[in-house]
Amino acid sequence: MDNKITDKLRILADAAKYDVSCSSSGGKRKNENKGLGNAEGMGICHSYTEDGRCVSLLKILLTNFCIFDCAYCVTRKSNDIKRAAFTVQEVVDLTINFYRRNYIEGLFLSSGIFKNADYTMERLVRVAKKLRQEEKFNGYIHLKTIPGASEELIKEAGLYADRLSVNIELPSEKSLKQLAPEKNYAEVLQPMGAISKQLVLAKEEQKLFKSAPAFAPAGQSTQLIVGASAEDDRQILQLSNQLYKGYNLKRVYYSGYVPISTDIRLPIITEPPIIRENRIYQADWLMRFYGFDVQEIVDEQHPNLDLDIDPKLSWALRNRHAFPVELNTADYELILRVPGIGVKSAKKIVSARRFAPLQFDHLRKMGVVLKRAKYFVTCQTKSLQRQDFDSHYIRQKILFGGGSVRSALLTQQLDLFQQAS
Amino acid sequence: MVLYTYDGSFEGLLTVVFEAYERKAWPDKIEPEHQAQPLLLGQTVAVTTDDAKANRVWQGLQQRLSAGALRSLYHTYLWEQPGFEMLLFHYVRLAFSSPENIEGNFTADCVLQVQQASKQVHREKHRMEAFVRFQKTQDGLYYAAISPDYNVLPLIIDHFQKRYADQRWVLYDLNRRYGTYYDLQTVTLVSLEKTDLPVKQQGVLQKSAFDAEEAKYQELWQVYFDHVNIPERKNPKLHLRHVPKRYWKYLSEKQPRQFKT
Repeated sequence: MDNKITDKLRILADAAKYDVSCSSSGGKRKNENKGLGNAEGMGICHSYTEDGRCVSLLKILLTNFCIFDCAYCVTRKSNDIKRAAFTVQEVVDLTINFYRRNYIEGLFLSSGIFKNADYTMERLVRVAKKLRQEEKFNGYIHLKTIPGASEELIKEAGLYADRLSVNIELPSEKSLKQLAPEKNYAEVLQPMGAISKQLVLAKEEQKLFKSAPAFAPAGQSTQLIVGASAEDDRQILQLSNQLYKGYNLKRVYYSGYVPISTDIRLPIITEPPIIRENRIYQADWLMRFYGFDVQEIVDEQHPNLDLDIDPKLSWALRNRHAFPVELNTADYELILRVPGIGVKSAKKIVSARRFAPLQFDHLRKMGVVLKRAKYFVTCQTKSLQRQDFDSHYIRQKILFGGGSVRSALLTQQLDLFQQAS
Repeated sequence: MVLYTYDGSFEGLLTVVFEAYERKAWPDKIEPEHQAQPLLLGQTVAVTTDDAKANRVWQGLQQRLSAGALRSLYHTYLWEQPGFEMLLFHYVRLAFSSPENIEGNFTADCVLQVQQASKQVHREKHRMEAFVRFQKTQDGLYYAAISPDYNVLPLIIDHFQKRYADQRWVLYDLNRRYGTYYDLQTVTLVSLEKTDLPVKQQGVLQKSAFDAEEAKYQELWQVYFDHVNIPERKNPKLHLRHVPKRYWKYLSEKQPRQFKT
């Protein structure tokens, strides 16, 4: 086997894996030129890593040589690791050959910063251009935008890429200054603003001329590292909220900080904050798909999400006055706010109740999960639970009651405790 | 007791519906000809597929149901689980007998079951689109063998035809023993049953048939798969939920490593 290319792939996949975005959906690129690939519609996860993350794209760095020294990053210049760089042609060959075998949906290309921002950005754009123009490739391309790159290069990148992203990395300017001395918020937000501007422009042009070129049709996203700096969940979620509203972001990704470095600027942790990361994602979903305002999820009294229970349940326990919800008459928006009921179940409920008054039996058959919901709903004024339990009691019941996921762990602990006493 | 038999095709099944309405004799059982046991008591109606009759039933359904619901009915046919014919029949009868569109009536058992069957089929379709791995042969053909839980091959052709418009490919269902071949222009059905090969070897390519670079790219993919993993976040339960073991046979990244890691 070609050892050189294998070694490069090892090093540059290793270096890229902490960027969590792997989405391949939302593109509108059809295969109209009898070329290779099609990126319209749904994304596809072609495999899953052993940590359970989707593998949809060939996610690599063009190079891990970097002039920056960001504390949280494996690729920082002071880190003593092997360095490598792909040529443009090598990336093109890997992408095409993986794609033809149905391993991937496309390419996610990022890079360490060598020489300067524009020089690096120009190389990334060249890969995308070659794939589109020479290989007639219509698969998905996600390009990382290098902070500080010129607007012309960003504009060109958007012509070839389906998605562009700039990573904010740290949830506040203060942390960024501490951990990534060469970066600043202005330099990160400037390309984000430029992309946002181009997205709006391209949409308007396409309204006027159908043939106007698309600009990054799958939009832009960013990533925040969780747990490498001191911000609470409230600061993180407020920032996300601003980004969704102010920059038209499609997604904010949260990456639980994996202790990859012993840099003194970083907190000492042994395990990545996976549960916290999960709760933040849940809160993010509540903002985007469930009609929740960020203030309802976290506020001054509750600046951090409850790690034991999901944020929707947590909100419901703080707002018992909104319940119980009568599933036969309540608005869809209110049903969505019931803990344990998701978008699909809510839609089914609203659809089915037009035909017959719903009973709990109907809900069970439809697959509506009642473990948490039963404390907050009625069906034809009937209830599966007394509704006068206090919030603390419900919380305990859900966490430790029969059928709870945790009960096995807890009983084990209790057994040990009893043996000891 | 009335038993209807048909030739196993979707059109045949729709013809059964037509005949049942024509005779006003509702079926108690519907079975493919080759599986049906003669009845001791009752009546057996052997239905011959008639495209015109099937079409009339389909058009009637088109007036009452959305395209999505019609797709769910076709999915239920491809689902192939015991009793799917009667399930379809119940659904169609409910659709014809109700003044309004019934597809959202999840309080009716047949509507709920069709929705669930369709979901299972759709999920398997999506998994095939994800987990199929093509191998390149010496003459530039991309080949993949599959053995899906449900008969989803007809559902995935369109996806692969759009995606791989510039390469010749074959998808072959080892269990149902038929496949599809795309020749850069159109997709045709292929069967290897006429070949002299024993059943077990049908559809299985020999190593010598592969392109010289095939092994290299399989290994590179394995290398990539190993290095995109973050060991600190290991979560085997989640991993297995996404990639159940029965799909591992398709995946080159799940095969033993030939190289030193």
